[in-house]
This record gives sequence, C-alpha cells and structure tokens, in this order.
Amino acid sequence: MIEPSHSGEFGAPRGTYHEATPAENNKLGIWLWLASDCALFASLIATYLSLHGQTLAGPGPKQLFDLRITVTATFVLLCSSMTMGMGLEAAQRCDYRGVLRWLIPTAVLGLAFVGMQVFEFTHYVLQGLTLQVSDFGASFFTLVGFHGLHVSFGVAWITSLLIYVFRKKRVDQADAWRFEAVSLYWYFVDVVWVVIFTVVYLMGKVG
Amino acid sequence: MALRPRLPWRRLGLGAATAGLAALAACGRVPQTALHPAGPVAALELHLMAESLWIMVGVFIVVLGLLGYALVRFRERPGDTHVPKQVEGNLRLELLWTVVPFILLIIIAIPTFRDNFALAADQTGSNVLDVTVVGHQWWWEFDYPSLGIVTADEMHIPVGTRVELTLESADVLHSFWVPALAGKEDTVPGHPNTMWFEATQPGTFPGQCAEFCGTSHSDMRLLVIAQSQAQFQQWVQGFQQPDSTPQTPQAQQGAQLFQTYCATCHVIDGAAWQTTPLTKSQTGPTGFPIAPNLTDLSAHQTLAAATLANTTSDLTEWIDNAQALMPGVIMPTFQGVLTQAQEQDVADYLEGLT
Amino acid sequence: MAAVTERLVGTAPRTRSESGVWSWITTVDHKRIGILYLVTSLCFFFIGGLEAFLMRLQLATPDAHVVSEVVFNELFTMHGLTMIFLAIMPMSIGFINYMVPLQIGARDVAFPRLNALSYWLFLAGGLVLNSGWLLGGAANAGWYNYAPINIGQHVINGVSTNLNPGPDSMGITFYAIGLQLAGIGTLMSGVNFIVTIVNMRAPGMTPMRLPLFVWTTLITSVLIIFAFPAFTADLFLLTLDRLFGTGFFNVAQGGDVLLWQQLFWIFGHPEVYILIMPAFGIISEVIPTYSRKTIFGYSSMVFAIVAIAFLAFMVWSHHMFTVGMGPLVNSVFAATSMVIAVPTGVKIFNWIATMIGGRIRMTTSMLFAVGFLVCFVIGGMSGVMLAVPPADYQFNDSYFLVAHIHYVLIGGALFALFAGIYYWFPKISGRMLDEHLGKWSFWLIFIGFNVTFFPMHFLGVEGMPRRVASYPANLDLRLWNAVATFGVFILTAGLIVFLANLRKSLRSGQAAGADPWDGRGLEWSIPSPAPEYNFAAVPLVRGRDPLWVEKTYGDGHMIPYVPGGAAPEAEAGGHGHAAAEGHGEGGPGGEGHGAGHGHGIHMPNPTPLPFYLAIALTVAAYGTIFKVPEIMVLGLLGTFFFVFRLIYDHDPGHHVLPEEDAG
Repeated sequence: MIEPSHSGEFGAPRGTYHEATPAENNKLGIWLWLASDCALFASLIATYLSLHGQTLAGPGPKQLFDLRITVTATFVLLCSSMTMGMGLEAAQRCDYRGVLRWLIPTAVLGLAFVGMQVFEFTHYVLQGLTLQVSDFGASFFTLVGFHGLHVSFGVAWITSLLIYVFRKKRVDQADAWRFEAVSLYWYFVDVVWVVIFTVVYLMGKVG
Repeated sequence: MALRPRLPWRRLGLGAATAGLAALAACGRVPQTALHPAGPVAALELHLMAESLWIMVGVFIVVLGLLGYALVRFRERPGDTHVPKQVEGNLRLELLWTVVPFILLIIIAIPTFRDNFALAADQTGSNVLDVTVVGHQWWWEFDYPSLGIVTADEMHIPVGTRVELTLESADVLHSFWVPALAGKEDTVPGHPNTMWFEATQPGTFPGQCAEFCGTSHSDMRLLVIAQSQAQFQQWVQGFQQPDSTPQTPQAQQGAQLFQTYCATCHVIDGAAWQTTPLTKSQTGPTGFPIAPNLTDLSAHQTLAAATLANTTSDLTEWIDNAQALMPGVIMPTFQGVLTQAQEQDVADYLEGLT
Repeated sequence: MAAVTERLVGTAPRTRSESGVWSWITTVDHKRIGILYLVTSLCFFFIGGLEAFLMRLQLATPDAHVVSEVVFNELFTMHGLTMIFLAIMPMSIGFINYMVPLQIGARDVAFPRLNALSYWLFLAGGLVLNSGWLLGGAANAGWYNYAPINIGQHVINGVSTNLNPGPDSMGITFYAIGLQLAGIGTLMSGVNFIVTIVNMRAPGMTPMRLPLFVWTTLITSVLIIFAFPAFTADLFLLTLDRLFGTGFFNVAQGGDVLLWQQLFWIFGHPEVYILIMPAFGIISEVIPTYSRKTIFGYSSMVFAIVAIAFLAFMVWSHHMFTVGMGPLVNSVFAATSMVIAVPTGVKIFNWIATMIGGRIRMTTSMLFAVGFLVCFVIGGMSGVMLAVPPADYQFNDSYFLVAHIHYVLIGGALFALFAGIYYWFPKISGRMLDEHLGKWSFWLIFIGFNVTFFPMHFLGVEGMPRRVASYPANLDLRLWNAVATFGVFILTAGLIVFLANLRKSLRSGQAAGADPWDGRGLEWSIPSPAPEYNFAAVPLVRGRDPLWVEKTYGDGHMIPYVPGGAAPEAEAGGHGHAAAEGHGEGGPGGEGHGAGHGHGIHMPNPTPLPFYLAIALTVAAYGTIFKVPEIMVLGLLGTFFFVFRLIYDHDPGHHVLPEEDAG
C-alpha cells in the first residue's frame, strides 16, 4: 500500500486550485518563446564573435562604424521601450485613448530604428562591405539584420494590435495579455539590442 | 553506372603485382585492424579500449544478473493475486548505485586523462621524422619537408622512429586512420592538426579516410610502409635522385603525351618540362598540389588512393576512365581523347619512372 | 469582446467530431493530432527502414554494387535524417500529444491550434526534405552534414570549386530548408508541452506526483527550446552560404569549418536526449504497471532526468575528439560525458528495483521494456567506451559508432516506443493488440536487431569506417557484414508481423475497455478511445499513480473535483463555472470543472488556419530553394497573413455534453 511517505505524497490537495486561463498560458508561452529566441541570438552572437576578425579584403569595423548614428538608433529604441511601457499601463487601465497615444509613437520609433538601420546598411555596402566579401561582413549583416527583422516584426505586431483596438474603439481587460505579450517581446528586442550595441559596435570601435 | 563491376580490389587481390600485397593477399587478410597494434600509440589505445571494455562487461553482468533475478523470481505465477508491497525507494540502495558507478568511472578517467596528454605531446628531436599529411578528394598527399619528398597514398617510414604528422586539408574534412598504428585525427581546412605514431615492426599497414568526404569517400585509402632504416634510405634516395628518362620508344611517346595532357596537373620531379615552383595549374585554389606527384612511380605498390595495383594494365584503365573507377574525382576521363595505344604509352612511361 | 456571455450564447452543443479527411486537416484535438503524428512517423519509419535495407544489401558482400556511390551516400544521409527527425522524434511527440493531457487530467494541450500547426510544419519539413529524391537529388553528406562539403559549389580564392563533387545536387538545400521547417514545428511543440504541464494539471497533480512520462516530456521540451535554436542558426548560416554566397563555412572567405560542428553538436547532443528521454518516460510507465508496483526511487528518477538534461548541454564536444581540440578540452569533455553514465545508471537500477518484489506480467509491452533494458545498457556501455578519447580515436567514425547509435536509438528509443505502442494502443484505438503475434514480433525484432548490430562492434575495430559505399574483399570484413545483413531479414520479418498485428487488431481486435492492464495513471480512468473532452469531470488527484490510489483507498474511480470543496466526495458534482477570461489561442475546459449542467464542456472549434499557414510557409520554402524571390515573398506574405489571422481570430468554441457513463 502507499503509505503517507516521507514526501507526504498522499492526500487531497491543500490550498485552492487555480485553473490557468488562456491568457496565462499565452504569457507563459511568450516567455518560453523568448527564452528560445535568446538561444538563437546567442548562437548568432557567438558566430559573430568567432568570425568578426576576418575582414580580409573588405573594410573593418573601426573604419566603418559611426557611433553617432548607432547611438541615435539606440536612443530611439530605448525611447520606444518607454512609450511601450506607458502604452501597456494604459491598456491595463482599459484606457483606449492612452493606448493609441503611446503605441502609435512606439511603432513610429520602431520604424525609425529600422529606417536608420537600412540607411546604415546601405552606407556600408557602398563602402564595400557585403555579405560575400568577408566573414566580418557576413556575420555582421546576419546578426544585426536578424535583430532588425525582429524589430520589423515587432512593428507589424504593434500595428496589428492598433488596428484591432481601433476597430473595437475600446480596450477590454481581457485584451490585457495581448499588450503584455507584445511589450514583453519589445523589451526583449531592446535588451538584445543593448547586447549587440555593446558587442558589435562598442567593442568594434574600441577593441 | 549502376551496374559497373567494382574490379579494382579484386584485381588487386588476383594480380598482386607487388611482393608485399601478394603476401597479404596470400594469407587472405589485410590487417586494417585496431586489435593488432604495430606501435606504441595503437597499443596504448587498445589498452584503454580493453580496460574500459572489461569494466563495462563487469557492470553488464551485474545488471543482467539483477534483471534475470527479477524476471525469474518475481514473474507472475498462475493463481497468484497478491498485491505487491509498494516500495517507494531506499535511500541507501540509491546512494550505492550512484556512488559505485562514479568510482568505476574515476578508475577509467585517470588513465584516460594521462593518455590524452601523452598522445598529444609533440614529438621533437633528431630521431623524429616529420611528415605532412594533406587530405584531398580522394587521395593522400605525403610531404617529407626535411627530405624534400612529395608523394601520394603510400607513406614510407623507418621502423622504430617516431613520426610526427602535421595534418592539413586541401578541400573538405578527412580523417587519417591507420588502425594498426594509431587512431584517427581529422584533416581540417584552415586548422592544421598534429599527431604521432611509430611502427615497432616492419610491415604494410593499410588505412583509409574515416570522415565522409564526398562521392568516392570509400575509395580514399592509403598504405603506411614501415621498413628497416636501410630500406627506407634506399626509398628516399630513389626519390631524391629520380630518373625520368624514357627508356623505350613507347615510353618516349608516352612522355610527350604526358607533357601535353598530364603535366598540367601532375608533377614529376626532374622531368625536363617541370618548373620550380609548380605552375599555376599544378596548384589548387588552396595552395596545395592539385594532383598526386608521380615521381618514382615504379616504387609504388598501388595507384589511385591505394585502390589499384601498380601495373601497366591498371594504370591504363585508370587513364582511360578514372570517372568510372572513382566517380567525381578531378582526374578526367581520357577515353576518346587518347587512343588505347596512346594511353598504354603514357602508362609505359610512368611505370618506367624510378 | 471576449465577454464570457458572448461565448456561451449561440453555441449549440455538438457531439463527437466528424470523420473524413477535412476533419483531420482541421482538427485541433490533441488526441487526433497525436494519431496523425504516430501514423506519419510510422510511414517515415518504413521509408527510413527501406533505405537501411538497401544499404545492408549493398554491404552484404565486398565490392558489391547494388546501388552507386552517389545513391548510397544519399541513402545513409536520408536514413539518418528520416529516422531521427521524421520517425523517432515525432513518434515520441505523438505519444506525448495523446497521453500527456490525459495523464495530467487536462482536456487538451495549452495551445490546440499551435499544436496542429506543429504537426503540419513537421509534415511539410519531412516532405520538403524527401522531395529532394524527386527534384534533383537528396541530401548526401551525412545527417550531421559537416562543413565545408555541405556548402557545395563555392568560390575559393577566385576559383569556383565544387566541394561536393559528383552529380550536381541540390539535396543539401532541401536539408537546410526542410529541417528549418520541421524545426519550427518541434520548437512550438516544446513550448506547448511546457505550458500544458506547468499550467493545466488537474487539482492535486503536484510536481512530485507527475507521472514520469510527463516529467520526461517536460524536460525534453526544455531541451527542445534551448537546443533547437543553435541548429536553426546553423541551418540559417548554411542557407546563406549555399544561396547567397556568404562564406561562414568557407575558409577562403574567413570562415570556420568547425563553427558548423560546434553549433551542430550544441544542438545535436541534446537532440540525442530529446530522442531518448520520452523513451525513459515510457519505460517508467510500463515497468510499474506490469510489475504492479510503484516506481522505485521516484525522486531520484526525477533528479536523474534533470541531471541528464543539464549535462546534455555540457558534452557536445565529445563528438569532436578527433578534430584537434587539444588534450585539455578533450579531457574536460571526456569527464562530463562519463558523468552522464551516473544518472543513467541510477535509472536502470531503479527500473530493475521496481521489478524486484513485484508481480511481473510478461506482456509484449513488458518484453520490449526488458529488451530495452538489455540493449540500452549495451549502448550505454559502448557510450562510456567512446567517451575515452584515446579509445575514441579508434572507435570514432567507425562501425563501432554505428553499433553504438543503433543500440541507443533502436535498442533504446525504438524498443521503448514499441513498448509504448503495445501499452497504449488499446487506449488510443479501443482495441487490444494480439499478444501471440506481439510476442512473435518482439522476438524476431529483438533477435534480428542484435544479429544485425552486435557484429558492427567487431567491424568497427577491424577497420571499417562508417559511410563507406563498399569495402574491398581483402579486408577481413566479409563474415560480420554478411551476418549483419542476415539479421536485417529477421528484423524485417518482425516488423511485418507487427504490421499484421496492427491490421488484425484494427479489423477484429478484442475490445479493450477503459483499463485493460490494471493501470495506475489517469489515462486508464477514462473510456478507450478517450472521448473528445477526455474527462467528463475534472479528476481530483490524491497521490502518485492516481488511479492506483483510488483502487486501493477508494472505489476504483477517480473522484471528481469540486471547486471549493475541501473533502473529496464520491458523487460527481460541480457546476458550470466561468473562470476563464480572455481568448485568442483559447484552451478547452475554460468553464465547467464537472459534468456540465446546462451547457456542457467547452472545447475549441476545428480550424484549417494552421494547415493554411503551413502551406504558405512551404511555398516560401520552395521559393527559397529554387531561388524564385516572387514565390518566396508570396509565401512569406501568406505566412504573416495567417499568423495574424491566428492571433486575432476569435474562436467561440463549442460545448460538448459528456456521455452518461463517461468516467
């Protein structure tokens, strides 16, 4: 027989049983997806770190990187995190106008960041850094471009959420998880950018 | 292509043009085995293989014994309906089978670490022979930098001398494996490796590429020929003073054809047309020779990555249709380019190289 | 929107879902998706088996030429890929899908639609990978596809060079894209299972009461979400190299060929445990059931699973002992690799200790479990031998290694999956498998397997490298190769008997009933096959082996959970109670813990959106493979369209009234 053992394994559950809501599932799901995405970025950062010295015939980081534009882009992205935070707070208060007031600037700032990256990439290509010329180029464009795609997807996601609430003309408590999910994603993308800014740009310029 | 008979090795067994291979073929076995080491490295590896094996066999007997006991003793008997006691665990037993395997692993780990470092130690000194091994699709280049020798597929070494190998690759990954002398080490493009071995007895030790390297991976073989110091010196001299003068009219024809069709890739040291350094076409994109060096070819036992016997007929067939014998190899097919007789002439010339 | 009332209005109760192809395409039921996984993986298993059969025919005699080198290289590559990614892993995922919600007392997985999407992406990936056979050559550089041969045609110092000479093949592009597709699906499965297990357990199903199959699923999923990204990154770099001329793996462009290996094995070693962990879980279910004893050392089993998963990320370089990492690195990885044997050993001894003192029924399922113990121990021991680097220098890339992986993957994972098939088939189909045929199939498979693969240990140390299309007559390899091929015929006979058994059972098998094996877990407390809603009433879990606890202390039936009720009651109760807020990817059972009064149990509706999304992504995949940007963009736009459709699509769900006698 199963005796009530050292682990206290037998008996009815103590405390109250809480059945998880779909919203809670969704949030945990997003956390796990982002954890997995961390591993993906870690792989690409490791690739960059092992290959960034291979500039070969192409230009290198020191001559290419212009910290002014990168610092501006970083500032823009960090600002968007702040507006995202305000937007999330508005959503949790079910404040429809507040959501529009803060999320539209977030999407615009995100778009501005992507725009600056496109400008930056074009500039580098014109100076002779391509995917093919050296593995510095290949690993740089892959890592930074992959992050740029993440920002672009974030902008698309925010936009879709704006359209969603705009059609309803209101924000419900039941939608709170949608804003929590997108803000989680957005903060994640920002944190990854801080790492990339440090590893790629700062270390590239100084190291 | 699907029904092409695979002749090379069978022919090698039947033809047996050379004494060494004839002897091997006669007893029906080529010892490409890790179980009969012919040198200290393979012996040490076999020792570790055996030690870990016996410990594992011991563990296996214990596990199988317990399992057998459980199955025989506790199998349901007809009519038995008792409900077994539900045992949740036993801390002491569980600790026992955590700690004991750990101790066994430490017993394996200690010699493992020691031998890891022993095998990785660089071999230096006046009595060490340096050889650079370069893996190619699908042949082996052997360079003896101190002796000025570049050859292919057959590595001659003196018995009782430590050989320090530097392993490089001209294209993709390969793995150098001569089981009787030493375990594998990969040839990695852009990342030279080193290993060493020593033959303590004379003999011909076959090996082959152990890392998949493309279509004809299974044809990428080699021989290590361990000889007495005197025989080795003789082989070295044959290389250092090559005679590439054609001896017969056919061979003379062959030499001319060789210069036109083959010298674009193949090097014969001392040949009238050969320049130093190699011509651009004789060097591959990664800076290694693009094709085997054919100097002193008559001293070879085998051809084509040790898959053919070094006979005029095999050589002619190789020249005629290398693609059929080793699909995908860089050696072109001369069927239709040269006549049968011309191919024969080239083979005559090459077989006369000493 | 999403107001609870809205959900309750206008959704008429429906009965059990319809049959027909469309119902399978649109299903979001974890059990039907599980069946799809199981059937598909079995099909791929036989394709992979056919490939192996052809290889063994070729290797039966020296210098044989049943197929050309070109085809042989495709065969061993596709055999490995098919068995690992398309047969064993999805077969495990199939069982996980069907059984984990039942074992934890849930009505579905956390994300039913994502679950369907996982399946369709797995199928799409498998088809893309295999379509290489028809569209100009299958992948041909081994399942681990080492650089730089995998980049094929490349410019090296100004010279265009084919690093994979032979027929011009796009096979490796199919590999790179197909596995990325399947990998996304697997990743989503991992996320889904973790959320399901963390959030959706029945009341009383505390972590240390979870069935061990659920624990192994949880840990497998953690391995999936952290290991697969490394492979995704690797495949992404390979795709860039092959299609866009980058040189990540081309030394001439500054690339590093070992980068591929590092990233591959950071994924690849955990992948080995992704394959074997669910097998451990199945064995931990099968042995206690047929021994009529609770698992011995539950806590140490859980600890061992977690320890193995943790160590799985610290041993990858033992696949690379011969690439020249130096003696220090080799020693470190040798040590971590050997340590894995300790928790694995703990599991083996605990399984045997579970049997000791029990009352063992030697059913076919139990026979496979015992076969697993014997063969997996052999595989584990050759694993320890391979962890000794100087010995590995001889074993690596030889047939010894081939023997090892097959002892671990067939003797280990596959035998456990067979044990799972014989154990759970009655639950899934409602019919018993024939025990007489089952025992024939076991003995033929067990003997055939050992006759095939044990000689490969000898072949390895006698100098036969893996992945050779043939071997010369004068190497002394003739005897054991012939024996190995002979074994394949026995093995094949066993598999045919197994198929005959499946067919017989599906046609005229004996009805199984809810609990044919005197089971211990929640899955045996409900009818076979499980109804759409799984549990008519959410069960109250009062201990480990919940059903066994009720058989011992209760009346043999699970006690329905009563919200707020502290003391278990014998009678089914509970009222419709709308606790859930929010929707979107809404799980089932949002309201009504018990047999519903009035509106029944809420279940998600079927939808073709996951299927459409998978098709759009497949279109994008072919656009990429064949370098047609228009099609690629079209596919990606379609993908995003369906992604956002899925995010914002409101599923009102439907309500099911449980049958009277359910539970």
